[in-house]
Order: sequence, then structure tokens, then C-alpha cells
Amino acid sequence: MASPINEPSASGPMTESSLPGLPASAPADTPPSPSLTMQGTETQFQLVWRAFKAHRLAMVSLYILILLYTVAAFAEFLAPNDPHDVNARYTYAPPQELNLFERDEQGDWRFRPHVLGYEVEVDPVALRRTFVDDPGTKYYIHFLPKTHAYKLWGVIPSERHLIGVEGRRSVLFLLGTDRLGRDLLSRLIHGARVTLSIGLAGVALSLVLGVLIGGASGYYGGLVDSAIQRVIEFIRSIPPIPLWMGLAAALPRDWTPLQNYFAITLILSLIGWTELARVVRSRFLSLKSEDFVAAARLDGATDLRIIWRHMLPAFSSHIIATATLAIPSMILAETSLSFLGLGLQTPIISWGVLLQEAQNLRVLADAPWLLLPGLLIVVTILAMNFLGDGLRDAADPYGSSR
Amino acid sequence: MIQFIVGRLLAMVVMTLALSFVCFFIIQLPPGDVMTAYAAELASSGDSSGMRSAQLLRERYGLDQPFVVQYLKWVRNILSGDFGYSFNLKKPVSEVFGSRIGISLLVEGLAIVVLWAIAIPIGIYSAIRRYSVGDMFATVFGFIGLAVPNFLLALLLMYVIYLLTGTAVEGLFSAEYARAPWSLARLWDFLTHVWIPVLVIATGGAAQIIRVLRANLLDELDKPYVVTARAKGLSERRLIMRYPVRVAMIPLVATVGWVLPTVISSSIVTAIVLNLPTLSPILLRALLSQDMHLAGALILFMGVLTLVGTLVSDLLLAWIDPRIRTGTIDG
Repeated sequence: MASPINEPSASGPMTESSLPGLPASAPADTPPSPSLTMQGTETQFQLVWRAFKAHRLAMVSLYILILLYTVAAFAEFLAPNDPHDVNARYTYAPPQELNLFERDEQGDWRFRPHVLGYEVEVDPVALRRTFVDDPGTKYYIHFLPKTHAYKLWGVIPSERHLIGVEGRRSVLFLLGTDRLGRDLLSRLIHGARVTLSIGLAGVALSLVLGVLIGGASGYYGGLVDSAIQRVIEFIRSIPPIPLWMGLAAALPRDWTPLQNYFAITLILSLIGWTELARVVRSRFLSLKSEDFVAAARLDGATDLRIIWRHMLPAFSSHIIATATLAIPSMILAETSLSFLGLGLQTPIISWGVLLQEAQNLRVLADAPWLLLPGLLIVVTILAMNFLGDGLRDAADPYGSSR
Repeated sequence: MIQFIVGRLLAMVVMTLALSFVCFFIIQLPPGDVMTAYAAELASSGDSSGMRSAQLLRERYGLDQPFVVQYLKWVRNILSGDFGYSFNLKKPVSEVFGSRIGISLLVEGLAIVVLWAIAIPIGIYSAIRRYSVGDMFATVFGFIGLAVPNFLLALLLMYVIYLLTGTAVEGLFSAEYARAPWSLARLWDFLTHVWIPVLVIATGGAAQIIRVLRANLLDELDKPYVVTARAKGLSERRLIMRYPVRVAMIPLVATVGWVLPTVISSSIVTAIVLNLPTLSPILLRALLSQDMHLAGALILFMGVLTLVGTLVSDLLLAWIDPRIRTGTIDG
């Protein structure tokens, strides 16, 4: 299936047509890159990387994803509050406005980031609480303060955070709080770790299954191939959500969060491997008849060696691109399942679990900031899709727009 | 052709059997059997006859026998119309089905119609006017349609409508029509509600179809026959609708097969968020309370529905394109 942005467009394929060894047919508006003078000395990685860099949207997406994964990796350090910290006083508190500057005694503006405290007003009739800014209390934001203790990656003990407020009564809720007064920003940061890693882990597992099964299917052909193809067809012809729901619902309720996490990953990959297997198989089929494979076989190389040393390098970049495009569906599946209450369970925080809080229209009307995890999901998935498309275009040195 | 149909039907039977096996596997997954929970519940309410009736039900559904025997019994029961018993709703599964199946199919059917009605014109347009502003919009729409989870889209629509009108849109009928017989007024009420879920379900699938149709059509537009037709002086509109669109549509008919799983999957999530009176919220509730007979039967039903839809699309495709039924190219 071709995507709208990988047809011969202004960016990608032009660089590809100016690859070393091919006649330089690049249109006038793309000057040949200097490395063209070093004909035939570039590694495959360099070739792909150069084609990829021309894809601007994909590069931007790459930066966004690096940022997101960095945030996920250092979640404990970056989160200003403990994500499990319950604050009964501040349930559904709206986001605080962040002020970067403040007038000092002389009337000059100085850089002193701070937020205002909350004043709680209780509506005497509806008994609803509304939060308004209290200009009288200012909480100054410190860099690298010592606040709550944590262990980075469960190993390194520390109390330092990137930002935070000091003092027992100060609060910092830059993105507001949820039903239990927990800081949404901190929960989003910690949720990123779970949601983003479950996408990677699920795809890694699917990749192993897909390469093994798809490889066997394409390499051996015949009966093995048609049997595997029927299984793949079968799995792809049933709607995945009910199947996932059924499997996830059957998980024992008394499992630890970690067991739950791995079980969900496994369930997602059980269905997710089929697309990867199909790509691997078709690549295998097209490579099997190549001369270099026949040469290796005549040389007496074992099946495993032929696959590992000769065939896999020839299509690894394709696999990486397909795997990247598979991550979004994993993330979508995880968030949908968690949203429905069948996926990850509290106390695990994932973006899907966070969105569970926003299920109710009444809650949304009062606390629309609870939809923020959804925005992050959309941004992540868009970035993954663009990155995958860019990689797929770059991985194909002949620029066939398939 | 007859050989093709017979082959496809056989494949369908095998697939259905495999599906039923998977569903029964899911039913069996939770530790203990449904009766354990049922009996415990009865015992805690001090009902001593509970143990006996649990034992009777156990025998009726063969819950004390090995997996394969139980499976065969389950299949035999289904073939005779007995889908099992829902212990949470305290009625046979088939009864639960009957009351909601029509609405489920109606919503999903409408969603598919709307999906095609959105996707085909946009797909054709963005292929013909490539890189135009409209095409860019379609591309952006396509990417966003793929990136926004259905439940989020449903939530957002609900929220936006609430902000604009101050009313909560949920379900498919206003309260006064929920149990009323069909009438023009009820139909109108239904239509004012149904567009939200239909739109939500259609978006994700439409994004995919637009991408496929656009790419297919772009491949066709450069072919010599198009140039020939243009050289002969055919009007552009007639030329495009007559030839390349028809060719580009052929693979699209095949996509019904994979649109159906998507549509059914997204209709489940959407229906749950919007609280529609379809089968999906029942599936969720059944799964959450591990009422596995009901859940298994529902999953089986949704799967079979997809398989039948795929079969129909395959047969249609073979009818349209002779290359497929003779096995010249892959479907």
C-alpha cells in the first residue's frame, strides 16, 4: 500500500535517483551532494541516512520522538511531583498559569518563574468547588530542588528534580490535577514511559515472531508457506479489538503490575506479528531467487547462515521501517484496551489509563485538561507514522513508490 | 467460477471452525469455571439450592469434562441455537443477542456506507488534483484519521457538542423514544443521534481507503489508455470516471475484507464510549465481569460477521475481475 507522501514528491526519491552508480538525473533544484564524489564508498547505512535526511517531516518527527523517549527514560527526574501523590484539597484543580518574570522592588522585570496559589471557593448551592488564582501566594519554581525521594530506574536513589516548588504547603500543578488531586503533568511523564515502551516491546516481540514465521514461510515455501499463510489470513480476518479484549479480560486479577504489563504486551504481539511476517515473507520470496543466495548455497552455507548473513542484511532497513509503522497500532491498541479498563490496570500509569479518567462527559466539562493524554497519543502516533514513511522511502534505494 | 466459489466456501467453513475454537479457548481462559463464581455468589446469599442448580448447569454445559469434549458440546449447542447462558444477565445468551443485534448491524452498515461515501470522492479528487490544497487537506485528514483513536474522537465530539449546545449526546434515542415502536418521529430522533457514532467509525477506515484509492488511481492516470482517450477528445470528467476510476476501484472492493475488521473493532470502542444500545457495551460488561459464555458468543458472532462480509467481498471481486477467479494474480 502506498502512502500519499511517498510518491515521487519534491523530497525523497530525487536524492535516491542521484545515488552513486545511477545516472545523475536529479532535477536542477537539488544540487548533487558533495559525497557523490566518493562513488561507491558509502555504506548502506549512510545511503539510507542521506535519503532519510531529505525527508523533512520525518526528521522533525524523529526529533519529537527522541524528545518523548528521553522524557520517558528520565521520568522520575523530570516529573515535579510524585504521580501517585493524592491531594484531597486539590481535586480537579485547573492548570496553574506559569509566570516567568516578576517585578522586583525597583520595578524592573526579573526572571523568577513562579505560579500562583489556589483559592478554593465553594458554591453554597451546588457544593461545587471552583479554584481561582490567589495573587497573594506565589510559589517560586526552583531548578534542581530536593523534593520527594525516588529511585531512578529503580536503582539510583535521589531527591533532585528538574523543577519543583519548595515548602510544605506549596503546590505545582502546571497541567492541573485529576479526581484524586494527583498532578497530571507528573502522571503524563510517567505514563509516557509505559505507553511508549509497550509499543517498543510489543513490536520487538512481534518482530521476533514475524521474522521467524515469515522467514520460514518465505524460505521454505510449499506446504509450510501455505499453512502459515492460511493462519495469517485467519488472524487478519477477525476484528482485533474483541479478540484483544477477550484475551485481556481473562488475565487473572491478582497479578502484579509487572506481570500485567508483560501479559498485555504478549497479547498485543500475538496479533501484531502478522503484518511483519507478511513483509518478511515477500522480501524472502523476492531475494530467494537472487544470484548471491544461490552462490552462498552452492558454497555449502547452512540455511541459517544464508538467512542471517546474506539475506537479512539485504532487507533489514525495510524491516525497520515496517516495524516503526507497526508501533502506532500497538500504542493505539494499548490505549484503547486500557481506556476500556481491560488493559493495564492501576497503579500502572499509561496514557490509556489516564484517559479512563476522562470517560465521563460531566468530568470533561469540569476538567477538560484530562484530555491532554489524548493529545500526546495523537502527536506520538503521527510522528511514528511520518518517521516510518520516511524510513520506508529511504530504505528503498530505487525509489519505487511502493 | 463454481470451483472458486466452492473453494472459498470451504475456506470459510474452516475459518469459522478455527474462530469458534479460539472463542472457546477464550471462554475457558479464566481460572475456575463460570459456575464457581455463580455458586459462590448463591452460597453467600444463603441459597442452599444454588449448589444443586450449579451442578445441574455444569452438567448441561458439560463443564466437568475435558476441553475437547466441552468444545464439541458447545459447538453442538450453538448449532442448535443455544449459545449458552449469561450468568450476569440471568438469561440465555441468544435472548441478549436478539434485542440488540438489529441496531448493531444497522449502525455498522451505515458506517460502511458513509465510509465509502466519504472516501471515494476524496480519493478520486486528491489523485486528480495532486498536490493541490484539497489534496493536502485530504492527506492531513488521512494522517489524523489514522492517528486519533476512535474512543478519543468520540469523546472529543461529545465534548465539543456539549460545549456548543450544552446537551449531552449519548445513546441512539432520546429517552421518550427509547422503547417506542418505530415511527417517523422515532426515525428522525434516531438520525439526529446516529450520525456521531457513524462518523466516528467511518473516519479511521476512510483514511485508509483514501490512501489506497489515491495511490491506485495515480498508477492508472499515467497509463497509455488514458492518454489515448484524452487524445480522442473525451471530456476529462467522462474520461476519468469511465476508465481509470473503474480500474482503481477493483483492488478497493478487495479492501472490504480488511475494512470490516477495522469497522467492527472501532464500532465496539465507539459504542462503548457513546453508550449505544448495541452489542458492544454488553461485550465489555461481560468481559469485565468474566461472564465468559456471553463474551465468547459475542466475539464469535462478530468474527463470523466479518468472515461472511469478507466472503461476500471476495465473491464480488471474483465476479468483477476474472483474473482473480482464474488465479492469475493474487487477490
